[in-house]
Amino acid sequence: MIINGVTIDQTFAEAFPMKATRAIITAQNEKWAMISAQAMTGFATSVIACGCEAGIERVLDASETPDGRPGVSVMIFAMGGKGLAKQLETRAGQCVLTSPTSALFAGIDGGTRIALGKNLRYFGDGFQVSKLISGKRYWRIPVMDGEFLTEATTGQVDAVGGGNFLVLAESQPQALAACEAAIDEMRKIPNVIMPFPGGVVRSGSKVGSKYKSLGASTNDAFCPTLKGMTKTDLSPEIESVMEIVIDGLTKEDIDKAMRVGIQAVCDLGAENGIKRISAGNYGGKLGPFHFHLQEIMA
Amino acid sequence: MSALTFSLKRRVDQRVDMSPLVCQKLLGLDPSDIGALELHNGKAKVRVDSLFDISGSDTQKIIIKNSYEKLDFIGKELETGEISIIGDAGAYLGLGMKSGFIRISGNTGLFTACEMKKGLIEIDGNTGDFLGGALPGNKMGMKGGTVLVKGNAGDRVGDHMRRGNILIEGNAGDYCGSRMTAGTIAVMGQTGKHVGYAMRRGTLLLWNGPQVPANFNDCGAHTLAFLPLLFKSFKTLNSAFSEPAAMFNRVRRYAGDMSEMGRGEILVKI
Repeated sequence: MIINGVTIDQTFAEAFPMKATRAIITAQNEKWAMISAQAMTGFATSVIACGCEAGIERVLDASETPDGRPGVSVMIFAMGGKGLAKQLETRAGQCVLTSPTSALFAGIDGGTRIALGKNLRYFGDGFQVSKLISGKRYWRIPVMDGEFLTEATTGQVDAVGGGNFLVLAESQPQALAACEAAIDEMRKIPNVIMPFPGGVVRSGSKVGSKYKSLGASTNDAFCPTLKGMTKTDLSPEIESVMEIVIDGLTKEDIDKAMRVGIQAVCDLGAENGIKRISAGNYGGKLGPFHFHLQEIMA
Repeated sequence: MSALTFSLKRRVDQRVDMSPLVCQKLLGLDPSDIGALELHNGKAKVRVDSLFDISGSDTQKIIIKNSYEKLDFIGKELETGEISIIGDAGAYLGLGMKSGFIRISGNTGLFTACEMKKGLIEIDGNTGDFLGGALPGNKMGMKGGTVLVKGNAGDRVGDHMRRGNILIEGNAGDYCGSRMTAGTIAVMGQTGKHVGYAMRRGTLLLWNGPQVPANFNDCGAHTLAFLPLLFKSFKTLNSAFSEPAAMFNRVRRYAGDMSEMGRGEILVKI
C-alpha cells in the first residue's frame, strides 16, 4: 500500500491489555490546571521503568468540568489494577494536592472504583470534611491556600496499551515534523494518550538484550547508524525513525488515533522525506491486540 | 392508568395512621382490596373506604386529597413511587422513607422526614419541629435524601442528622442543626437561637447571619470549591435553591460546636 508516496508496510502493531483510569484536574485557570496535569503525568512514559504510562488527554472548557473551572483531563495506564491504584494515589498526592488552587475529580464513572482522594484525606490530620453530593463522595482537605477538593474515587476500566507506528524518513527534522503533525491530529481523538515526551519516542526498543540484566534494548533493526552492521529493516535512504505509542480505552479508540496519525504523516508525503510507515510487534506472540496498518488505512 | 386517589370524606377527631397506604404495600391490590384495608384511628380501626373515596388504580402514584393535620405517618418507609398530598399532613411524614418522592401542597407536623434514608420530600408550606431528626431516644436522624421546605421550619431542624440535605427557603426555628453528626442544612431565611447546638460534624449553610453561639469559632472569609458542586446538585429541584441567583461560593466559616467534636461548620453567605 502506498499513500502519497509513503509505503505502508504489511505489518501490525502489537498491543497489550492494561488497566486505565481518568482524572480531571481543575484550577483557577487553565495555566495552573495544566501545570498540575503535567506534573501528574510526568515520568510516566513507559511501564518498563515508570510503573505506569500517563498523559494529558485534552484541555477541558469550564463548562465541561464538575466545578465550572478550567480543567485538564489526564489518563493513567498500568499493567494491573493494584499498580494503577498506587500510581494514581501517589501522583495525585504529590502533584495535584500540592498544586495551587487545584481540585481533582473522577473522569470515569463506571468500572471498578479505586481511590482518588479517599486516602489523601488523611493529610487533613482530622480537619478534613466529607461531603456526599449527588451520590458522589468528596473530601475537603484544608491546605494553606484554602481547601483542596477531591472526589473520593474514580473508575478503573480495562484498556489497551502499546498501539504504535513508526515513521521512517530521509532526515531527522523530517521525521520529527511528521510526528508533530500526527500528534496534533491524534490529540483530537478522545480516550487515548501518547505517553512519550511530546507524544514521540525516538528510542524504540526490542525485547531482550545481550546484557542479562536488561529486558529491553535498542531496536537495532530500525537504528539508521547500524544499517551496515546489523540485520537492518531500513533501506539506504532512511536516516531517521521515530515512533508514536498510543494507549487507549478500547482497541477502536487506538484504531482511530492510528488512522488520523498515519494520515497526517502521509499528507506530508514523500516530497517531505517521509518514505515508510511501519510498526513494532513481537511476532504476535505477546499481545492479543493486533493493529494491521494496511487494514487501518484501507 | 390514572393515579390512585384517596379523597378524604370527613375529618375524624382522632389521629389516623396512614402508614399502610404506601406504594410498595399497595402493589398488586385492586381498589376493593385497598378499601378493605384497616387504618388505626385513635384506639379504633377503620376501613380505608370509610374515610376515603378511592379512585384510580396506579399504586405507584398516589394522591391524597383533602388531607389535614391529623393524617400521620404518610409515606412511612416509602420504597418506591410517589405520593402527592393536597392539603396538610400530620406528624411523621416520610418517616424512615427509603426512596421515592413525596410532595405536599400544605404544611406538615412534627418529625417530618424523620430518620429518612433516601428520596425527595417537597413541602410547599411550613413544617413542625424535628424536621429530619431522630425519633426520641434514637441516635441517628436523617441518613440520606433531600427535604425541601418552601415555607418555614420549626425547632431542632436536623437533630442528630447524619447525611442528606435539608433545604429551607424560609426561616428555621431554634436549635437548628442540633446534635448533627453530618449532612447539610441550608436556610435562606432567618435562624433562631442556639444554631448548631452540640453539632459534631456537618454543614449549616445560611443566607443570613445567625446569632453565632460562643462555642463556634470564627475561621474567616473563604471561597469554597465544594459550594458550586452543591448548588449544581440542587439544579433539578423545583425551588429557589436551583436558581442561578441563589448560588454563591464566598462564605464566612464558623467551626464548632467546640463543646462537642468541633468538626461542624456554619457557613454564612457574604
